[in-house]
Amino acid sequence: MTEQAATLEAPVARAASVNDLTIHVATVNGSGSQSSNNVLMRAIFQMGIPVSGKNLFPSNIAGLPTWFTIRANKDGWVGRKKEVDFMICMNAQTAKDDVMALDPGAICMYDEPLNCAQYRDDLRFYPVPFAKLAAEVSDDSRLRKLLTNMVYVGVAAELLGIERAELEVALDKQFKGKKKAAELNVAAIDKGLEFAKANLSPQSLFRLERMNETAGKIIIDGNSAAALGAVFGGVTVVTWYPITPSSSLCEAIIGYAKRFRVEPDGKATFAIVQAEDELAAVGMVLGAGWAGARSMTATSGPGISLMSEFAGLGYFAEIPGVIWDIQRVGPSTGLPTRTAQGDILEVATLSHGDTQHIALIPGSVAECFEFAIQALDLAEIFQTPIFVLSDLDLGMNNWMSEPFAYPEAPIRRGKVLSQEKLEELKGQWGRYADVDGDGIPYRTLPGTEHPMASYFTRGSGHDAQARYSERPADYVATVDRLKKKYATAKQYVPRPEVDRKPGAKIGYIAFGSSHLATLESQQQMKREKGIDVSYLRLRALPFTDEVFEFIRTHDRIYVIEQNRDGQMCDLLRLELAEEALKLRKVLHYDGLPIDARFVTDVVCELEC
Amino acid sequence: MAESTLKTKSEAPKENRLGLKPADYQGGKSTLCAGCGHDAISNQIVRAFYEMGVNPDKVIKLSGIGCSSKTPAYFLSRAHGFNAVHGRMPAVATGAVLANRTLVSVGVSGDGDTASIGLGQFMHMIRRNVPTIYIIENNGVYGLTKGQFSATADEGSKLKTGVVNDLHPMDLCALAVELGCGFVARGFAGDPKQMVNILKAAIAHNGLCVIDVVSPCVTFNNHEGSTKGYQYSKEHQELLHQIGFVPSFEQIEVEVGPGEVKEVEMHDGSRVLLRRLEEDYDPANAIQALQRLHEAHDRGEILTGLVHLRPEKESFMDLLHVVDEPLATLPAERTRPGRAALEQIMKELM
Ligand SMILES: Cc1ncc(C[n+]2csc(CCOP(=O)(O)OP(=O)(O)O)c2C)c(N)n1
Ligand code: SF4
Ligand SMILES: [Mg+2]
Repeated sequence: MTEQAATLEAPVARAASVNDLTIHVATVNGSGSQSSNNVLMRAIFQMGIPVSGKNLFPSNIAGLPTWFTIRANKDGWVGRKKEVDFMICMNAQTAKDDVMALDPGAICMYDEPLNCAQYRDDLRFYPVPFAKLAAEVSDDSRLRKLLTNMVYVGVAAELLGIERAELEVALDKQFKGKKKAAELNVAAIDKGLEFAKANLSPQSLFRLERMNETAGKIIIDGNSAAALGAVFGGVTVVTWYPITPSSSLCEAIIGYAKRFRVEPDGKATFAIVQAEDELAAVGMVLGAGWAGARSMTATSGPGISLMSEFAGLGYFAEIPGVIWDIQRVGPSTGLPTRTAQGDILEVATLSHGDTQHIALIPGSVAECFEFAIQALDLAEIFQTPIFVLSDLDLGMNNWMSEPFAYPEAPIRRGKVLSQEKLEELKGQWGRYADVDGDGIPYRTLPGTEHPMASYFTRGSGHDAQARYSERPADYVATVDRLKKKYATAKQYVPRPEVDRKPGAKIGYIAFGSSHLATLESQQQMKREKGIDVSYLRLRALPFTDEVFEFIRTHDRIYVIEQNRDGQMCDLLRLELAEEALKLRKVLHYDGLPIDARFVTDVVCELEC
Repeated sequence: MAESTLKTKSEAPKENRLGLKPADYQGGKSTLCAGCGHDAISNQIVRAFYEMGVNPDKVIKLSGIGCSSKTPAYFLSRAHGFNAVHGRMPAVATGAVLANRTLVSVGVSGDGDTASIGLGQFMHMIRRNVPTIYIIENNGVYGLTKGQFSATADEGSKLKTGVVNDLHPMDLCALAVELGCGFVARGFAGDPKQMVNILKAAIAHNGLCVIDVVSPCVTFNNHEGSTKGYQYSKEHQELLHQIGFVPSFEQIEVEVGPGEVKEVEMHDGSRVLLRRLEEDYDPANAIQALQRLHEAHDRGEILTGLVHLRPEKESFMDLLHVVDEPLATLPAERTRPGRAALEQIMKELM
């Protein structure tokens, strides 16, 4: 063992653990560390250990600090955990802060010149001469930089017990058939493995061992899952304007649609348009929805703001369309690469005048897939813009999931009168007439060949026959029917998921990407404090009766969300004023994904 | 001044080639001011669509907001109509065309709607060459909000209140030529014959047609000192050429002297005939178009006619390589990939 590479023993004792570990990698944005981190995560996954990967990145193409967090947990708790067990320091800019933030007893592997060991004496340090090792793999200076990242994969693998064979499989997946690149990277990983074996003293604090909890599971990010849902949901018109963190959703649609939605003659059963801005993107969605397409767009907060006028038109003129909001920290550009659930209130009533929107809130990648399909159905069933509220954490990070089930239910196209139907009706119909008493009128599609098929769509006042009207009674009838339609939606939107603990006095309400942290906190409360907590996960607006029932039957409700003001809690209070005092807010809004310990700590402060 | 059109037909029959009557192309009763140029244009649309024998059920008519944008309610009642939001007709029309490429799309806008709030969408619609007949009913003012200047108002033109416009006007035809539009025309609501022929040529075109029509606002911009009123426009209309139109479904010999007439074959096989007036004009030449537009403007004249014509340009729908049928009504078998596809992806993600 060389002097330099000696590890410094940590004086603080920590209980050893197997398959329960958080790895935190600090690198420089644009240095190519993403593939290394993916290989690490995938290899752990392939060893049968539940895992997740989160990219904490700056709004920058290259040069600023970026972190990647991998959480492996045998019990499946793969939401974010704040405490880092195994730190990999590769970035001089942040090395000191990264080291200082660690809990005593943690392991810190670092690029030797950073001299991290100088900062603390209660950690276990592993210095590694990465530049030297990478140079031994390739003399191309540009490649060397990238290979450095693979060397840390090798070192970490040796220290933690990650199987080499699985690293190789993961690399293959990462470099999809690019043989030359894969070979070089294997060499870099081996370099790291060999170095660690020869020079670093093994540790037994945090170990990874093969288990069997991931067989048959997939790893995917929420945006790709949503894209798949859209493609299998029969979307035909997609428009978008690039914005983080939603761009990858539309880019994934392009990829999947080109693979699966092009007919043998080379023609596409979809159209995807990169619009000039979000105003145009949503305008196209509504134009397409009006003409009968299953249409959608994806954006984030700033784009939602721009869509406001059209959202009201879509609601009032009753035009289908799906709008995904992959939320990020606001306002304005805010922290564009950080996560939040801050658009709840904005979306719920987006636009001027009286508006109420239906919104779906997926809490997992599987639900991103399912809700993408369901949103397209609901848009046509309700003839209105349907919002889907995801966020950066769910959308851009890697999540484990059961494979997605093929959609068995047929595609639903809503109440559309065909030429034959119009003949049957002898042309007697009214575009905005509430024939069925559910608030949902019938429509015809442009191009329907019947002299009575056409109608005139406008944002201005109209009567049941779609005639221009400023009569007070007509306006009231229109907006009251829209309210009725919104109430009907309660029977169609995804119901909340309720886990009621017998005798529990308190309950959690959470939604979206807060799900895993909430679930884990529920378990912490039981295990650590002996307190039973019920949990209701919201999956849509409007709220359904289960939500009110849940609130009524508990003494105190903690509404957990990732924004400053407790927007969802306020919406609940508005609808359930008599129970308002029962509702308490647990608010996480620093731009990083919420973690279970945070929830437990806040709740304990008030409960324990 | 010369006639703006070439005679290609003697009398109108009582029915068109679909067996439909002019009444089948009418719209609701107009609520615009009596004498408004926009109403004249609506009449010309009715006539052009009737004479071309376009199935009105297969037409969509869209607009933004303004007096002009109200007009889709006043023509072609059998077509689905969409009065969108201010300046955003291009996006809505684009979406509708994406959903159903088999429809004939007509967009009506105003100079405020297009040259100010909707300028970005207008330009991008041109860039994309979305098949739509885009009519700007240009009166130099915001009619619906009671007479403020628009961005097409001429320098030195005067509002009724005496306010003088001192900003340079935007020439939407020049802009469209610059952006590569394959069909650019200017008409005048007071010259119905020319307008009808321009509209017929537009119906025969595959791609975006920009038609900027001087359309006087009798209430707010038709007085002494206005440069978009009837009187002024009549006196200053300058013809690029005389326009004749022979639809694809008619075999008509046009009596013209040799060498005087330029013939352009349109996408659907129709023929546009352009008879030279003072000088030769090649409608495919963008530079010449810009030059003539600028020169006429400098002389204070309103240049009308088919300013620029490139019928061979590929439309957005061709470029997108979408199926020939409407995307809107494709059956689920063609829009939902099979089980094997999903299984394959799931395997890749394991
Ligand atoms: C977002 C928005 N801003 C402002 C208005 C008010 N507005 C209605 S019509 C109009 C101008 C219309 O002018 P133009 O397009 O020239 O039509 P015209 O009435 O002259 O035919 C304006 C500013 C609006 N409807 N929406
Ligand atoms: S105000 Fe002007 S533009 Fe509007 S209807 Fe009257 S004349 Fe026409
Ligand atoms: Mg105007």
